[in-house]
Amino acid sequence: MAEEPLISLRGITKLFGTGPAAFQALKGVDLDIMRGDFVAVMGPSGSGKSTTMNILGCLDVPTSGTFLFKGHHVETLDRDQRSLLRRRYLGFVFQGFNLLARTTALENVELPLIYRGTPKQERHELAMAALGKVGLAEWADHTPGELSGGQQQRVAIARALVTTPDVLLADEPTGNLDTERSIEIMELLTGLNRDSGITVLLVTHEAEMAAFARTVVHFRDGLVESIEQKPLAGGAAK
Amino acid sequence: MFGITLILAIREIQRHLLRSFLTTLGIVIGVAAVITMVTLGNGATAAVKKQISSLGSNILMVRPGQRMGPGSGGESPPPFKNADLDAIREQIAGARSVAGQAQAQATGVRNAQNWSTSINGTTNDYLDAQTWPLASGRRFTAAEEQAGKSVCIIGNTIVTNLFQGVDPVGQRFRIGDVSCTVIGVLSTRGQGGFGNDQDDVVIMPLKVVQRRFTGNRDLRSIMVAVDEAYDTKVVQQSLSGLMRERRNLTGAMPDNFNIFDTRQISDAVSGSTKVLTGLLGAVAAVSLIVGGIGIMNIMLVSVTERTREIGIRLAIGALANEVLLQFLVEAVVLSSLGGIIGVLLALVATASLAPVMGVEFLFDPFINLVAFGFSALIGVVFGYFPARRAAALNPIDALRHE
Repeated sequence: MAEEPLISLRGITKLFGTGPAAFQALKGVDLDIMRGDFVAVMGPSGSGKSTTMNILGCLDVPTSGTFLFKGHHVETLDRDQRSLLRRRYLGFVFQGFNLLARTTALENVELPLIYRGTPKQERHELAMAALGKVGLAEWADHTPGELSGGQQQRVAIARALVTTPDVLLADEPTGNLDTERSIEIMELLTGLNRDSGITVLLVTHEAEMAAFARTVVHFRDGLVESIEQKPLAGGAAK
Repeated sequence: MFGITLILAIREIQRHLLRSFLTTLGIVIGVAAVITMVTLGNGATAAVKKQISSLGSNILMVRPGQRMGPGSGGESPPPFKNADLDAIREQIAGARSVAGQAQAQATGVRNAQNWSTSINGTTNDYLDAQTWPLASGRRFTAAEEQAGKSVCIIGNTIVTNLFQGVDPVGQRFRIGDVSCTVIGVLSTRGQGGFGNDQDDVVIMPLKVVQRRFTGNRDLRSIMVAVDEAYDTKVVQQSLSGLMRERRNLTGAMPDNFNIFDTRQISDAVSGSTKVLTGLLGAVAAVSLIVGGIGIMNIMLVSVTERTREIGIRLAIGALANEVLLQFLVEAVVLSSLGGIIGVLLALVATASLAPVMGVEFLFDPFINLVAFGFSALIGVVFGYFPARRAAALNPIDALRHE
């Protein structure tokens, strides 16, 4: 092994509920993600792909198992430490966009910077740059209600990349969009992965979207079923 | 961290003006209602007290007869005589002035005007006892009192009804069968403690009233003004002892006179207005609680709505404490804003209602503080605790919250 993985999961389990109603969503997931990779996580509903994503994003905690991020144990961190980890290293894109309502695109994108304590002027510049990258610079003053779904998702991507995270986690980012908009979003993510070296983790159930990824992880019944690796140059064809 | 949170809180308030307005409205109404009711209640109490105090303080009224109870309907008790006045003056320490009174009702006539009024036959001591200055003219001379000269000092209501546009001093008018010369006009006193017109009076020397109106030498009552330096109760006791002695009452024989302390009325009336203010306060407290429940509801609903917002903030790296502080700042800002508007609204309402209702406007800092503090507390508590619950969720659960 030439390189340490950026993220390493070992024996991750997740149990929802207690007693007879308990449901084991993850039954011991082992997964390594290399720095700079573009990973698509696929699988039928209930296969545990979203649960894995939430654990990877530190939005949820595993019931047992080891989670190493840059060689550090994440499963032992407390709430605030996990928040700080998200603040510093992670960016999120959700299926439902999850933008703040009645808040302009610019202010939404600025939000992670506010929590980082970035000064006002720099905040504004970085947010405008991020909006520029997703092609929405001229929509900065519009609220989510005034934007289309594709535009909202691009604002969400701008919000995720404004902090130049190490990892961008996208949970079915194209689930609410038509094919044309979906391809735009995927091209945007591919570009970020290629040009900025951001590791992208994508959950999807559409093979068409997974085709953009370099590594495809298949989930079934709470376990990793198979991992496909594509040759370095392939996949992200225009 | 605090500066950031303040920016975020103020942004959220601006973005959700309707929600902010409704939250604030609950507090505004609660605060304004309580302050207005209590302030007007206090004003009414003060107004009643003022009217009561117009009766004159530290005055003992001595009247023949028992005040009430068995025997009061029996043979009529002996009246007081002029000699009783001298005895009180000589033997009671602390009697500042002692005025005998004989009263009659009569119609005053001047030119084509007539006016039915009451005549108070007394001496200058009465004006002293009541500390009632004259607006114009002069008091009785010793000679007028001694001789029972037909002169009178009239109240303002008589001036209005019989002497329109004329200076009454020096004028003559007829009252009953007697023609009298006006020598003085009393200063205006207005309404008394029982709604009676204190200015509707003609004061004449005691002897004139006894001779020409009542036809006897009896005194209807004796008014004793007690010197400030003396305890009214002690004076009342020694006065009672003196009267029993002079009226030959021994041992267990009941009093055939009564002594009435004007302070008793004042105590009774202010007691009942206190009850009234208490009642108003209770109503106000209920409206404060209702207002509080309103605030609580809006806060709870908005936090439920905002659970997803909390999830978003947590997901992009906010600490739970930062989110909480933001909600706390929002709640404090809205609650204090509502409190301030409520206090101002109450100020306007009480200042403009008080004259209409005929009560005094009394600013009461205590109730303002209490009302403000209570609503602010409710706003903060119910803004903070539901938010705390939401911030304790896993970010993913908060995000999925519907």
